[in-house]
Amino acid sequence: MMLPAMQLPAMPQPLARLVANIPAWPLVTPASHAFALAANLVAWPSLREMDWTQIHGRRFCVQIRDISLSLHFSLHANGFRAERTAPADVTFTATSADFARLALRLEDPDTLFFNRRLLIEGDTDLGLGVKNMLDAVELETAAAKMPAGMGRVVLLLRRLTTQS
Amino acid sequence: MYFADLHTAFASIEHNLGGIKHLILDKLKDMKVCLAPVKNLLDDMSNPPLLELICPAGSLPALKAAVDNGADGVYLGLKDNTNARNFSGLNFDEKSLTEGIRYAHTKKRKVLMALNTYPQPATLSRWHQAVDTAASLGVDAIILADPGLMAYARKTHPQLRLHLSVQGSATSYEAVNFYRERFGIQRAVLPRVLSLAQVENVIENTDVEIELFGFGGLCVMVEGRCLLSSYACGDSPNTFGACSPGHAVRWEQTPKGMETRLNGVLIDRYADNEKAGYPTLCKGRFEVQGETYYALEEPTSLNSMDMLPEMARLGIAAIKIEGRQRSPAYVAQVTQVWRAAIDAVKKDRATFKAQPAWQTALAKVSEGSMNTLGAYYRPWK
Repeated sequence: MMLPAMQLPAMPQPLARLVANIPAWPLVTPASHAFALAANLVAWPSLREMDWTQIHGRRFCVQIRDISLSLHFSLHANGFRAERTAPADVTFTATSADFARLALRLEDPDTLFFNRRLLIEGDTDLGLGVKNMLDAVELETAAAKMPAGMGRVVLLLRRLTTQS
Repeated sequence: MYFADLHTAFASIEHNLGGIKHLILDKLKDMKVCLAPVKNLLDDMSNPPLLELICPAGSLPALKAAVDNGADGVYLGLKDNTNARNFSGLNFDEKSLTEGIRYAHTKKRKVLMALNTYPQPATLSRWHQAVDTAASLGVDAIILADPGLMAYARKTHPQLRLHLSVQGSATSYEAVNFYRERFGIQRAVLPRVLSLAQVENVIENTDVEIELFGFGGLCVMVEGRCLLSSYACGDSPNTFGACSPGHAVRWEQTPKGMETRLNGVLIDRYADNEKAGYPTLCKGRFEVQGETYYALEEPTSLNSMDMLPEMARLGIAAIKIEGRQRSPAYVAQVTQVWRAAIDAVKKDRATFKAQPAWQTALAKVSEGSMNTLGAYYRPWK
């Protein structure tokens, strides 16, 4: 799937063929790099004990609608890896606020889906499987494994948002 | 076989056993019978449950969310096709189940395990093993649909409480009483097709506890017999354990709207401002005689909260919340609201009124964001 923002003017045919034959499109955006780095630092410690072998190498894309940002990444035995900008196996699209609410366990993905605030395109089973595995992680345990007091910030943020 | 006979014997005794309970227990002690299950049975009978809140758990955090927000019991399943929510990454393995039971029992809540698919000959041992696991880890009841599995459970683990699943599709007291007589079931979950008058008719003619769905997704009206998903993608909830499994579902945003396909077949297309529903065939829009509409069923959620006083009057044993496929956030939100509502109706049935804030919270998490009283309210008899 292509984002409107990513659509380029039509490429001359010979060039297009040449580009299509380059084995790996080299473009990995700084945003994808930053995301993989942050995910490895914050989330990976609490995820590494789970069995992710089924999804090793599968390519994910998180599209943040309100800031037109696409994050491309995959998961491997040693953690998250930024991926080049190319159609992913599964793509999640939502706003930054809704992704944040999902991450803090304040919102149920099905609710967002019914209300058309979350779109899952591509391999639905892969998307569903990852969602369910993330749901099975206990937020408190995950927070305890985050570096430099970040866990406490996450739990505090969650508490404040619940009360408001 | 000892308890099997006791089940049948006690079934015919009046509910008010308080006075003679100790006599029976003393007598059984003399006979060197294991007392715990008998004592539980007698407790149940002398103090029948009323409007227990039974909440869904697809994961350990969901189970804890249910318990922490006031569920009297949770229901869950294993990570395979022995239950009807067999989705990738969902459900419990032995480790998380053990921890879940420990957590719930520490807080004096019940854990019910759904084993509500129909075993297939080649893989029957998987279902038997699941029953054995449930018994050995100490769940409070198993929820079954298949009579063969009931026979196995009763023979192998006579002390284990059996509930009849909604997938068993027992809609009359004759059906419910049949399962009671043959397999000693102690509770039946009635299908969502019955009006409350029909539920009352069942209750008046059985001493099996009755559990009703209170909230959540609605099924097309042939639970346990539905083959629509099989028709579209080869897998049915009855054997595979999932309706519209993820591998058959594709969503795509197109210029015309978001399209939902089931095994390549277009089943719905949503305009940008339309609420979406689950990708099931029964909730798709189809062209029938030149008109495109929800020809089988509307994508709505059941919400029977307004009928709680009537359910209390009828002596409904438990209210079930649908949604094992959903996240801990949903379980927490819905459990909280229903706990408050059930407490309110138990306090004063006559003045009970569902608070607008409760209804708003429930509407928000509903499929299609529409609520219906379902069949409970229908005038048919």
